[in-house]
Amino acid sequence: MAVLLLAEVTDGELALDATAKAVTAAAKLGDVTALCAGANAAAAGEAAAKIEGVSKVLVAEDASLGHRLAEPTAALIASLAGDYEHIVAPATTDAKNVLPRVAALLDVMVISDVSGVVDGNTFERPIYAGNAIQTVKSSDSKKVVSFRTSTFDAAGEDGSASVETIGAAADPALSEWVEDKVAASDRPELTSAGVVVSGGRGVGSEESFALIETLADKLGAAVGASRAAVDSGYAPNDWQVGQTGKVVAPDLYVAVGISGAIQHLAGMKDSKIIVAINKDEEAPIFQVADFGLVADLFDAVPELTEKLG
Amino acid sequence: MKVLVPVKRVIDYNVKVRVKADGSGVDLANVKMSMNPFDEIAVEQAIRLREAGKADEVVAVSIGVKQSQETLRTALAMGADRAILVIAADDVHTDIEPLAVAKILKAIVDEEQPGIVLAGKQAIDNDMNATGQMLSALLGWSQGTFASELDVDGDSATVTREVDGGLQTIKVKMPAIITVDLRLNEPRYASLPNIMKAKKKPLDEKTAADYGVDVTPRLEIVGTTEPEARAAGIKVGSVDELVEKLKEAGAV
Repeated sequence: MAVLLLAEVTDGELALDATAKAVTAAAKLGDVTALCAGANAAAAGEAAAKIEGVSKVLVAEDASLGHRLAEPTAALIASLAGDYEHIVAPATTDAKNVLPRVAALLDVMVISDVSGVVDGNTFERPIYAGNAIQTVKSSDSKKVVSFRTSTFDAAGEDGSASVETIGAAADPALSEWVEDKVAASDRPELTSAGVVVSGGRGVGSEESFALIETLADKLGAAVGASRAAVDSGYAPNDWQVGQTGKVVAPDLYVAVGISGAIQHLAGMKDSKIIVAINKDEEAPIFQVADFGLVADLFDAVPELTEKLG
Repeated sequence: MKVLVPVKRVIDYNVKVRVKADGSGVDLANVKMSMNPFDEIAVEQAIRLREAGKADEVVAVSIGVKQSQETLRTALAMGADRAILVIAADDVHTDIEPLAVAKILKAIVDEEQPGIVLAGKQAIDNDMNATGQMLSALLGWSQGTFASELDVDGDSATVTREVDGGLQTIKVKMPAIITVDLRLNEPRYASLPNIMKAKKKPLDEKTAADYGVDVTPRLEIVGTTEPEARAAGIKVGSVDELVEKLKEAGAV
């Protein structure tokens, strides 16, 4: 049984953590071939070849594949699909853009955000913002699956797969890239960070978010935010943790001024230790917190920052 | 230009979800149902396109049980011009899979010839995040997913997309499928006079068979369970106590 895994490649660079976690899940299904696609993807291909569990790497370089546009990427994957029973990827926004398109081209259902592999046809996935876990069995000949990376450990890096270069599919030329707005940051990446400090509506302003960031930097943490904080313009969209944002499961998650709507809990309740700081003692976040502190965050967060380390 | 907006009837986002005792799914009997929140944003954007003179008709479509006509009436009350209800299931617990929904929508697009389809990026029940992309594939159209900004300009549209690293802006050829994210707009509330008016707007009733689409699921539901609950934690009285507990737990 062969598995084609779409590696996460951004601007020629492999997102190792997300890809290596998806490899762990994919290896349960069969022999894994990793596809690295991009305008430049050779370096990503070399990096993917080192992931344990990858037996072969395909590198497809073409200008049309340069900005992770769905149409040419899906066309490429569909053209390769004949050799594989499973087509998989980490459940990133790129993969969620591409995989359903691939599935429809192949006339099969997509199975998104899988959190557990039962067997080659049967998968567990959260539904209703993680308020239920559903096990589904596919009757399709090919399974197109994205894996929720927060539930799988990353595969090691002692592999040595062979690398083969392939061509792109014909570019449907339906869309073109204009620009990426990506904030440069020295902080760890949100979905793979060991510690995450998140702020919510209670933080009150974009300026006050500096409190959250200072605490995060003290802890070497990534910064997250609730939907309310992002909607209010306190934090950028790529910091959002929750049902429709990022799903994180760090060793330590510190929720500051976050009430704990189910949509937010969906994105962080698998964290190992949860700390909540909120002045409303009735806030639902305290129901999932290991350590809750009922306090004004404007007093407690600076004090905590000072007393740590 | 005509705008087509698919809308889904889902459990209201404020309702506490309960798994049915037999594990077949989530209990939806006698539970408050609403329009999928992402679809409300799509309806709002469609109406704004019409108000800006970039579209002349907004057609809402819902595929599911007969009760989905309530969802369509909501879309009509917000400002959609007419609606198409495609009955594809009898039991309120039956969820029509995105692939089948996309096939029915393709047939409707072939008939209606919209210049753009605006859809929610995901439904908050199955969280699959797939229908728009699948429809786009079946039609061979361009796709702009997870849109937080949309500017339609003649034969192309500029779409700013919310992606993992931040924002990506792309230009898509029209006709296009756009799936909308949370921050595209703030949907309006339907006023009482508009709710009354909506009752008189045209609502066509069809079935999946009318479009020749087989809605048999490809995914069999083997079981549905509640997620493991977290053990209750403790409240600490001070920052000092918090720091102490975190050190004991080896977390800092």
